[in-house]
Amino acid sequence: MTYTFKTELTHADVTPKAAFMNRRQIIAAGGALIGGSIASPALAKVLEFTKTDYGSDLTLNSYEEITTYNNFYEFGTGKDDPARNAHVLTTDPWTIKVDGMVDNPGDYALADLIGDIPLEERIYRFRCVEAWSMVVPWNGFQLSHLLDKIGVQEGAKYVAFETLLRPEEMHGQRRKVLDWPYREGLRLDEAMHPLTLMATGIYGESLLGQNGAPIRLVVPWKYGFKSIKSIVRIRLTDEEPPISWNMANPREYGFYSNVNPNVDHPRWSQSSERLIGGGLFAKRQPTLMFNGYEDEVAGLYEGMNLAENF
Amino acid sequence: MQVVQTINSTARKIPNWAVYLLGTLPVIWVFYAGLTGQLGVDPVKAIERQLGSWSLQLLVAGLAITPLRTLFNINLIKLRRAVGVLAFFYVLMHLLVWLVLDIQLLWGEIWKDIVKRPYITVGFAAFVLLLPLVLTSNNFMVRRMGPVVWRNLHKLTYVIVPLGGIHYLWLVKGWQIEPMLYLAGIAMLLAMRVWWAQQKKMTRRVPA
Ligand code: HEM
Repeated sequence: MTYTFKTELTHADVTPKAAFMNRRQIIAAGGALIGGSIASPALAKVLEFTKTDYGSDLTLNSYEEITTYNNFYEFGTGKDDPARNAHVLTTDPWTIKVDGMVDNPGDYALADLIGDIPLEERIYRFRCVEAWSMVVPWNGFQLSHLLDKIGVQEGAKYVAFETLLRPEEMHGQRRKVLDWPYREGLRLDEAMHPLTLMATGIYGESLLGQNGAPIRLVVPWKYGFKSIKSIVRIRLTDEEPPISWNMANPREYGFYSNVNPNVDHPRWSQSSERLIGGGLFAKRQPTLMFNGYEDEVAGLYEGMNLAENF
Repeated sequence: MQVVQTINSTARKIPNWAVYLLGTLPVIWVFYAGLTGQLGVDPVKAIERQLGSWSLQLLVAGLAITPLRTLFNINLIKLRRAVGVLAFFYVLMHLLVWLVLDIQLLWGEIWKDIVKRPYITVGFAAFVLLLPLVLTSNNFMVRRMGPVVWRNLHKLTYVIVPLGGIHYLWLVKGWQIEPMLYLAGIAMLLAMRVWWAQQKKMTRRVPA
């Protein structure tokens, strides 16, 4: 059932590398100053990717907005903490454990696992459960491509993910705000859906620590916390895996957590949202069913009571 | 104690209007900073949260004035009314930012939030309970009510300040340390009062 978005774009549409070179050189210089160690922290590198027209009608948030306003409790609970603290994250080397009901289990170096999968750009809405939103130009590939590669076995029904556990670098993990490591999961059909992305970059540059370097999930029709960051484990299973926010507070956070303006969250009304970047007087916008991806994903939940399966 | 005396004599010299004037400056600054892009990419939340933090700090400060005198002879009683009125002003601004800039006067959602979301319910209850206190924080009302009734009414702060702390604990996600520290501090300030009241009762019961 896997399919890829059609794109009529050609090589000429690949983002010109030169456009990003300046920033890269500046960052490289900064890296050299800090340098010395072999393992390298998450400094942005220019990526090569194919443009798609997905989301081209949306107005992008700026690189600054996307990289300075983050929820990533592993680096602190304030919105600006991750941008301040995540630069120490070592992302090279990076190993991902693939296990459970797969044909090719193992501990893979990141490049060995995904190095041959081409990147594309996907512009998606990003809706946080706290009722704010952004528009992000991700660079990544469909999770389905990776799942095809690792070989999903008959009978597997869910994909479970885990974030890195490394309190020496992720200072937020020294406090038990959540039961670390952070865990997330998807039903297999959600994971195989063509909208579901594994992202390694934003705006054509490799992810910074605060955005989930070196690799993260992006599920645009679900609240942001489902899009787990800095992934070190992918496991296929036949049981619904435990997910961190549901473990912390089952009344407030369900396994599905689909964006739904009609199902209220006990803390935040979900019927409207504030789009980041509009300044002090930006008007709230109505929240769209499945964050505007209803046509693509409503079928996944046919016959399900979305108020019960929230 | 030299330091204590200096503090006390300085405090006595500070006129109330100076407290009000100085107290409004941070509010002006935070709006100015938000307007001019100095508070990051989400100035509405930044202002809302900053005002919330200051509100709680002022309320706790008001609660600390009596223990400071009892424990250390530091006498700031003269400033207590100004601190309290200022705290109300901050809560009011905090509420207005929420109403106007955050939820943007969508009255349907506002009402739903107040009755359905525990942290908003609790914050709003604290605001409502502050109203009679601010309305009676003037010499005329003190005289009219008499000191006993007035003092009993103003014991509402013992409910309001914990509500503010619970509001904070409830609105953060996960188990975060800061609201717990505030609540621990508030609990301590209140426990001292209970302890002292019991001591007083006991000494009164003992025949001289
Ligand atoms: C005594 C009264 C109140 C106190 C002491 C208080 C205190 C606070 C504090 C300390 C914060 C968190 C600041 C931070 O994260 O640094 C906060 C946030 C907040 N308060 Fe209050 N508050 C009060 C009343 C209210 C009222 C009446 C409302 C609305 C009806 C309200 C709505 C909010 C909202 C919406 C937030 C932000 C939540 C978020 O981050 O999304 N508060 N308040």
